[in-house]
Amino acid sequence: MAENDPIISVRDIHVQFGDHVVLHDLDLDVYRGEILGFVGASGTGKSVLLRSILGLNPKQNGQIVVLGRDLDRISDEERILVDMRMGVLFQHGALFSSLTVKENIQVPMREYLTLPKGLMDELAILKLELVGLSGKAANKYPSELSGGMIKRAALARALALDPDIVFLDEPTSGLDPIGAAEFDELIAKLRDTLGLTVYMVTHDLDSLFTVADRIAVLGNKKVLVAGTITEMLKSDEPWVKSYFRGKRARRIDLPEETRIACMER
Amino acid sequence: MANAVHTEKNTPEIDALPLGRTVAKPRLETRQNAGLTEVIFEGVWATYSVGSIDQQMRLLENKLSGERLRIEMSDISYLDTAGAWMIYRLLRSAKVRGIEASIDGMRTSHKVLLEAIARAMEDIDEDDSNGTRASILNRMLSTIGLAVYGFRNDLQMGLHILGAAVRGSQMKLGHGSGLSIPAVVNQIDRTGVTAIPIILLMSTIIGAIIAQQGAFQLRYFGAEIFVVDLVGILVLREIGVLLTAIMIAGRSGSAITAEIGSMKMREEVDALTVIGLNPVGVLVFPRLVALVIALPLLTFIANLAALAGAMFVAQTYSGISPDAFITRVRDAVDLSTIYAGLIKAPFMAIIIGIIASVEGMKVGGSAESLGARVTASVVKSIFIVIVVDGAFAMFFAAIDF
Ligand SMILES: Nc1ncnc2c1ncn2[C@@H]1O[C@H](COP(=O)(O)OP(=O)(O)O)[C@@H](O)[C@H]1O
Ligand SMILES: [Mg+2]
Repeated sequence: MAENDPIISVRDIHVQFGDHVVLHDLDLDVYRGEILGFVGASGTGKSVLLRSILGLNPKQNGQIVVLGRDLDRISDEERILVDMRMGVLFQHGALFSSLTVKENIQVPMREYLTLPKGLMDELAILKLELVGLSGKAANKYPSELSGGMIKRAALARALALDPDIVFLDEPTSGLDPIGAAEFDELIAKLRDTLGLTVYMVTHDLDSLFTVADRIAVLGNKKVLVAGTITEMLKSDEPWVKSYFRGKRARRIDLPEETRIACMER
Repeated sequence: MANAVHTEKNTPEIDALPLGRTVAKPRLETRQNAGLTEVIFEGVWATYSVGSIDQQMRLLENKLSGERLRIEMSDISYLDTAGAWMIYRLLRSAKVRGIEASIDGMRTSHKVLLEAIARAMEDIDEDDSNGTRASILNRMLSTIGLAVYGFRNDLQMGLHILGAAVRGSQMKLGHGSGLSIPAVVNQIDRTGVTAIPIILLMSTIIGAIIAQQGAFQLRYFGAEIFVVDLVGILVLREIGVLLTAIMIAGRSGSAITAEIGSMKMREEVDALTVIGLNPVGVLVFPRLVALVIALPLLTFIANLAALAGAMFVAQTYSGISPDAFITRVRDAVDLSTIYAGLIKAPFMAIIIGIIASVEGMKVGGSAESLGARVTASVVKSIFIVIVVDGAFAMFFAAIDF
């Protein structure tokens, strides 16, 4: 794995709203081709960090480098190119309610490219099939879809331009456990086929254990720890300890040597 | 680890992306020799670049012939889903024609992509045509038909809401009438009191304009004093109530539609039903009562304001003193003229309230439908208000009121 090739690198980020400091001197690296699980207690600023990386939130200080470009020093043209290489699945899907699923997927294509209509239709159907929705959903409106279908359709829209990076904000919240497991599987499969880098904010321990290559924990306004599951389980941070080794985490099957390592502690 | 495959995916430098001239285009070379078609793919086959070559690919697919097809992929510098889709389309077309296809120079990442597409598309049949469009005549007739049915449904729904508003508010256990006074007062404040300034201003100006135009015309006949009759009767019978109703339809009708509509969108209306309340009774009835109380009062205010405006203009343009104006009004206008205007106000209030509620209840899931419903609510209520005003005028003429 190309461990030393960060696709996103965040340095010394400081974000505050009024007097309320949300992030202070935060550093984070995301490497090409990995699935990064991002966790933290509610209200610690996971969404704020995500929005800062996407440029939706002003930051007071710090540097964000995406695809080798410093987002503060980039020309507008390059900014568009970088935007084209990032796809976002918002927490509630954020599908445009007045457009059909197919039209939703075609919005980025229309916005950035000039593609023949026939090809756009084919690509939209293809993207839907890739995320596990039948092409029949193409002509439905978002209000006619179930929660799981909305998540999938929104993912299809995030993938419309074949981005390098996808950001997922709590993709499995609100899905039943089986639907959530299927969604995790889908993310892993898409990562393998499309070569995606995935930045996933989540509270779902199962997701973290099954698909995340690395996990970063946000707390106390910065990234407390970042590393593999095994490293998380060895961490001494109180929040990390109770999160990964608390009641709800116990049933997770761990590799044998990790379990022993934990028990010895 | 599972990501052994994708690390070898060739990601182009960001500069290879379409920055004006430096776009790396996809290229296609075909060779035809004795039953063997060779297709050589070169360059960047990515979503942003394949648009230019789609036409050429389709042509190739359609005139594919011979026994064998060889695809050469080793010169592809970048491939994403869209490029892979085009190759898949070529392969599919070869398969349909019974042409044997082979691929050379395919990287692992390309293979993974092509296989994923094949797997995703295997259960799709070729022609899911979206149905042919009906003929113009057909569509025209169906639009008319739909409009007629829509009108019938509106009428039905309006009556339903009127009934439910009256009945629904009485269904509280042991609480007598379920009409909540604070809700009604609150609504009167919102639809009535806050509308006073704009109604005052509008009516004053309208009264002044009518008086001014009337004075200019009547001057030719030396009958300038009759401008008072003109303004008095016109304002009290028609203009006062009509303009107030139109203003309230635009101001409060749209608000009611938007409020009920956004509650409908977020399933709040359903929540009311499940809690055991009649949404119409809870949402519509207080607003309806408030409108029925507020609109006649506003009309009365509007009438006075219009007469004041007219009085001012009569003095400045025609030298009719306020005293003379008031004396003349007393002669020209009797009580029935005032009633003829005011009696229409509650009807118009009900029309505005019902139409606004009907449209609000019709809001579907999308933000766009909310906008469309609010527009429809205002347009329909203004139209119906004018039609009803005309009907009243004919009725009053017939009974000599
Ligand atoms: N636009 C904003 N204005 C003021 N405070 C905000 C804003 N956005 C987020 N916050 C605050 O930032 C903190 C982090 O929020 P958020 O990132 O949404 O948490 P989470 O980690 O649960 O996603 C919260 O305390 C929230 O109140
Ligand atoms: Mg959040």
